[in-house]
Amino acid sequence: MKIDTKDVLHIADLARLALTEEETALYTEQMCNILSYVDKLSALDTKDITASHQEASEGAALREDVVAPSLEGEKVLQNAPEKANKCFRVPRIIE
Amino acid sequence: MKYEAVIGLEIHSQLLTNTKIFCGCSTRFGAAPNSQVCPVCLGLPGALPVLNGKAVEFAVEMGLAVECTINRESVFARKNYFYPDLPKGYQISQYDKPLAEHGTLQIETDDGRRNIGVTRIHMEEDAGKLIHGEGAEDGGHSFVDLNRACTPLIEIVSEPDMRTPEEAVAYLKGMRDIILYLGISDGNMEEGSFRCDANISIRPVGQTTLGTKAELKNMNSFKFIKDGLAYEIERQIDLIEGGGHVVQETRLFDSARGITLAMRGKEEAHDYRYFPEPDLKPLVITEELIERARKSLPELPVAKKERFIKEYEIPTYDAGVLISSRVLAEYYEAVVKATAEAKLSSNWVMGEVLRALKEDNREIGECPVSAHNLAELILMVKKGIISNTIAKEVFAEMYKTGGKAHEIVSKKGLSQISDESALVAVIDEVLSKNADSVERYKAGEQKLLGFFVGQVMKGTKGQANPGLVNKLLKERLKG
Amino acid sequence: MDLTSKTIAGLSEMLQKRELTSKEAAGLYLERIAALDPSINSYITVTTESALADAEKADKRLASGTDITPLTGVPISVKDIFCTEGLKTTCASRMLEGFIPPYDSTVIKKLKDAGAVILGKTNMDEFAMGSSTENSAFGSTLNPWAEDRVPGGSSGGSAASVAADLCAASIGTDTGGSIRQPASCCGVVGLKPTYGRVSRYGMIAFASSLDQAGPLTKDVKDAAIMLGLMAGRDNCDSTSIDASVPDYAGSLQDNIKGLRIGIPNEYFIEGMDKETEGLVREGIKTLKDAGAVIVDISLPHTEYAVSVYYLVATAEASSNLARYDGVKYGQRVDIGSGLIDMYKATRDAGFGAEVKRRIMLGTYALSSGYYDAYYKKATDVRALIKNDFDEAFKTCDVIATPTAPAPAFKIGERTSDPLTMYLSDIFTISCNLAGLPGISLPCGLTEAGLPTGLQIIGKFLGEQDVLNTAYAYEQARGPITQKPKL
Repeated sequence: MKIDTKDVLHIADLARLALTEEETALYTEQMCNILSYVDKLSALDTKDITASHQEASEGAALREDVVAPSLEGEKVLQNAPEKANKCFRVPRIIE
Repeated sequence: MKYEAVIGLEIHSQLLTNTKIFCGCSTRFGAAPNSQVCPVCLGLPGALPVLNGKAVEFAVEMGLAVECTINRESVFARKNYFYPDLPKGYQISQYDKPLAEHGTLQIETDDGRRNIGVTRIHMEEDAGKLIHGEGAEDGGHSFVDLNRACTPLIEIVSEPDMRTPEEAVAYLKGMRDIILYLGISDGNMEEGSFRCDANISIRPVGQTTLGTKAELKNMNSFKFIKDGLAYEIERQIDLIEGGGHVVQETRLFDSARGITLAMRGKEEAHDYRYFPEPDLKPLVITEELIERARKSLPELPVAKKERFIKEYEIPTYDAGVLISSRVLAEYYEAVVKATAEAKLSSNWVMGEVLRALKEDNREIGECPVSAHNLAELILMVKKGIISNTIAKEVFAEMYKTGGKAHEIVSKKGLSQISDESALVAVIDEVLSKNADSVERYKAGEQKLLGFFVGQVMKGTKGQANPGLVNKLLKERLKG
Repeated sequence: MDLTSKTIAGLSEMLQKRELTSKEAAGLYLERIAALDPSINSYITVTTESALADAEKADKRLASGTDITPLTGVPISVKDIFCTEGLKTTCASRMLEGFIPPYDSTVIKKLKDAGAVILGKTNMDEFAMGSSTENSAFGSTLNPWAEDRVPGGSSGGSAASVAADLCAASIGTDTGGSIRQPASCCGVVGLKPTYGRVSRYGMIAFASSLDQAGPLTKDVKDAAIMLGLMAGRDNCDSTSIDASVPDYAGSLQDNIKGLRIGIPNEYFIEGMDKETEGLVREGIKTLKDAGAVIVDISLPHTEYAVSVYYLVATAEASSNLARYDGVKYGQRVDIGSGLIDMYKATRDAGFGAEVKRRIMLGTYALSSGYYDAYYKKATDVRALIKNDFDEAFKTCDVIATPTAPAPAFKIGERTSDPLTMYLSDIFTISCNLAGLPGISLPCGLTEAGLPTGLQIIGKFLGEQDVLNTAYAYEQARGPITQKPKL
């Protein structure tokens, strides 16, 4: 699979990464290399495989609907880069 | 050209669990910002979700109530996108293997009953709340409150089976009624615990392919949904007739202006990169859970309505009103059980009871007159102890004080005079005072009977049993 | 013998006999860290104050003689990927510089409850993405055996701190070899348990379906002790396994007569380091001499493991790392042009090159139009790899392989070529993809004095077999006399 700068910029946008021109060029080349390496998978016949991402045998363990203590006040916002009005503050969002 | 609309609806309904879907934080509404959060719903590094069993039960009940197939194994998936109200940068939802599929909901339209397909019901977590700042200090910012983040939701997706705004509203009301009957959500549209988005397109009548659809959001009442859809249908028709075409986009309903507007924010092509949530094993629903949920299902609105019509022989209209909430229907049934008077009870519940509650802005659950007490009142009328008119007076008093009918009647001396000797005395007095009228009656002026009855009632302050008065008067006037 | 080179078992004995206090032990390690770690750089944060407080508490516990575990009062280090309440947790990323978790990960809580003294948080590749610890935002860690070489990764700080006697033992995490490969590079024991054996709650996620915590120790018995204290079902982690935890250390035994050890031919590949191959084959012979039966097996899909791994792990990582958006914690760079630019600037400044590369790759593997060809395909092949092991374990009880194709490489040697770097995990990755337990044991030094690792892989929840095989090897091999020259 060949990917170009345009693809790389689109992916970077989806991933919310700002790439410099240099990075874009480097990642385009490196991703091409890695993708052509992993392309060996396409040679394998997997159409009969029903891969479950995890053992489903017992299924998810469920939690009882009982209230547990929440975090104490100042611990919630202690790591916030910006906070005000008991909230996390972000640049204004236009809808 | 004649057009028809094609409408599909997506409902998000919060579930009335005590705790969030993936953590033990409370879901209570109205707490101080960010006071009901923990490492999990804050999306702290290292935190992991654990599924709330109650939320699963509720979702299964909903699936069964609208005749869905419950998938024995469903899979949670991550829906990836960045937004400040989404703390992990992905929403845990279900994607290609939802909890329930292939259901149906019956609605009533002007052209009779119709089945609307339910494509799927899946479980997911809600996002937090964004507050947009105002004023010099806060105007440039938005504020994130994560109390709501991770609240359990079910998303109910319909087939594009509705053709008019009225049908859409009928479907939504039907779904909301079921949700309320099941008691799995409070169905509050204003607070956002019951939300609806619509996909809407138009096409010439007769065409089978679909037109380009717009997604409509921000309609938080049945009226707004009706108005928003009606506006959007006209807008799309005007566009096409004017030689333009509909653009696939998200539009917001502006309730103040009654119009829909394309979202202002730059809308990018979404690529949510769904993949199975590795932090949660597939959700396995056992036969046992399904049976338990099936057994716990209450009789649902449509079935209840049909039974009321058949069993109680009340008009369709009455049945429709009485089943509008599960509590009201139960109230009515309790009254009928005690009185064996289906129509009389229906008149009372739909008349006095609902009117008083409406004036008072109260729900049936908060009615000061219990079903038991109302039944007693109705029985007093039936037995002729009080007249219908007096009964309304007594009801007003019962509503005000919460007292019992017989206590109020006896305290106020309101019971009907059914003692013949007492009545005969009053009748004789009336007849002797109106000798000339007696003559005219005897001469054939039969309509004067009403006048005599009126006088007797007046003489007894309305407490005379009208039937008995009639009978006695006729006897006396014969002689 | 220097006290700092003692095992957990050795220290615990002294502590319980009151020949040494925990506070004295912690002091010795802290002194050694102060003297040696400025050059080795195995710790990101040394938590002197809380360590001494932990030690005092442990001493009281030891004095009371009740509720004592083999770890009570023993100074250990922990990889800076585990959330520690009130102690900086960075994951070796600028993104989390200054982040102070308001909660303890389950593993940390368990170790604290056992009375462990935490000396500090060890260096690693940023978000555990790497095989050399060169991807740390806080500088590389040097290999104590050769200062111009990497200690392996991503738990390179943990492995180096154990090898350099800067702690009695450490804990790391292993997503594709991140415990075993550095253990091999630094000549220590590193155990990755069965996926789900140890809770992941509070362990900062790299690839959720592969990550697993485990110990890095000076010998096999210590690994058994640590695992016993770390393992178990956790209600906060729905993927943790609901199975009782055996007394690994108590059940440890070196009799492997008749034990069938499978040797997969796919793990002795062309181009691998000859010396390494020789030492590993010698190790296998030692096991044979101790009574094990050597069986040739095949794991035919081995050659696809690296590809599968770099698609599955990066896909999960691209999603796991979306929460670092500058809103709730960590760094924020706001250039004043709105939300999306804030996200991009924050993530650009906060993440290092390798993390960005993997986020890009993972985002691509999940993106519209490529999901089936990459992510879905990779999960399908993952099932084939798992199946290989199921088949192999029909004819053997454990599997022995080299841990890595070569000893520790030179710092900077592979940074410019990600693919070559990825290939250093070629022998460890399958174990993660199949969710199986694996251990790396020191099996001798090369001519240049570099450690080599022998890997033993076990069945699902077969940790006891793995530990017993390793213990038998260790007994037969005899004590290691060489130490790194520091």
